[in-house]
Amino acid sequence: MSDTETNPGLQQTTVELNAGGVSITRIFLEFLTIGATSFGGVVPYLRGSLVSKQRWLSDKEFVEMLSISQSLPGLNATNMAILVGQKLKGSSGAIVAVLGICLPGSVLMFIVGIFYRIHGDHAWATGALKGVAAASVGLVLSTVVQLSKKSLEERLDYVFVILTVVAVNRLHQSVLVTLVVVGAMAVLWHRPRQA
Amino acid sequence: MNQLPALARVFAYLSLLTVGGGMAAFPEMKTLTVDVHQWLTSSQLVHLYSVGQMAPGPNMMMIVPIGDWAGGLLGAILVLVAFFGPTALLTFMVGRWWTKLEMWPWRSSIQRGLAPVSIGLLLAGCFTLAKGAIFGLETAAIAVGVLLILLQTKINPALLVLGAAVVGMLSFD
Repeated sequence: MSDTETNPGLQQTTVELNAGGVSITRIFLEFLTIGATSFGGVVPYLRGSLVSKQRWLSDKEFVEMLSISQSLPGLNATNMAILVGQKLKGSSGAIVAVLGICLPGSVLMFIVGIFYRIHGDHAWATGALKGVAAASVGLVLSTVVQLSKKSLEERLDYVFVILTVVAVNRLHQSVLVTLVVVGAMAVLWHRPRQA
Repeated sequence: MNQLPALARVFAYLSLLTVGGGMAAFPEMKTLTVDVHQWLTSSQLVHLYSVGQMAPGPNMMMIVPIGDWAGGLLGAILVLVAFFGPTALLTFMVGRWWTKLEMWPWRSSIQRGLAPVSIGLLLAGCFTLAKGAIFGLETAAIAVGVLLILLQTKINPALLVLGAAVVGMLSFD
């Protein structure tokens, strides 16, 4: 199944993009659909919808926007919504895209929060919550491993990772201070060098 | 006491820390929402974050119940605006411009430098989460099991978290 989905992406140069004259309503509905169906991580759903189904973006544009989304603060999902909405319809496109992608999950979690308040202490619920919490630790760790494989280039990068963890968890520095100090060190280490 | 100004302040600040993912802000979120403002307990925060992983959409919608509990419906909406507004505005303003900077040599330096720091922040958030989620052999086994399955297969993570809920319901008292 994933093969048939990646093939059209590879032929993207010959496929005409569909990005002109998309209406605000279509943008909102498409992001609302992604927001309501993207269980287990938004990125594959974004690609399936924006690149393969709607052809609003080429695969290359998608990867480029994703890398911008990852280096700016903010979640990938909402940053992507902003960039794609902006590309299609300027500021109003960006606003409806981000509203659409946030609406279903936030309403759902609002309701979950009310139920949790009432039933969170029941024995069956505490058991289930223990399992869920342990699983989400594994989930975050798997993201750490996958990102590390993809984007840590040299041994010193691992030192920056460890420095960041030690600063936050051991030295109890604020995330902001750590981000600025270790971030500046790492950016300077990777500074442009004359070839 | 009216918590709305504090909710807006805290979540707008947390918003700017989410470099590389929402988890990067988790240690600070624990300090501010649990220790400083006492809007919820540490285990409630861990539960909300974890349950939130099963919801579709951006994976930090667990902030909505925090806003609701501390400030009602208005608090929930305010928290969303505070958490997503500043970064949305930043991305809107910087995104286009960033694309045009392709030839600027520092652009790649910034991206390569921020990568290890954002991974470190994610890992730090994970340790903070683990302190409230791993209590012994069974919970550790679930975490390691989920990690290994996700690294070996292409299964949907939300299904695994749901599976762990069932395992937990049946085996923990």
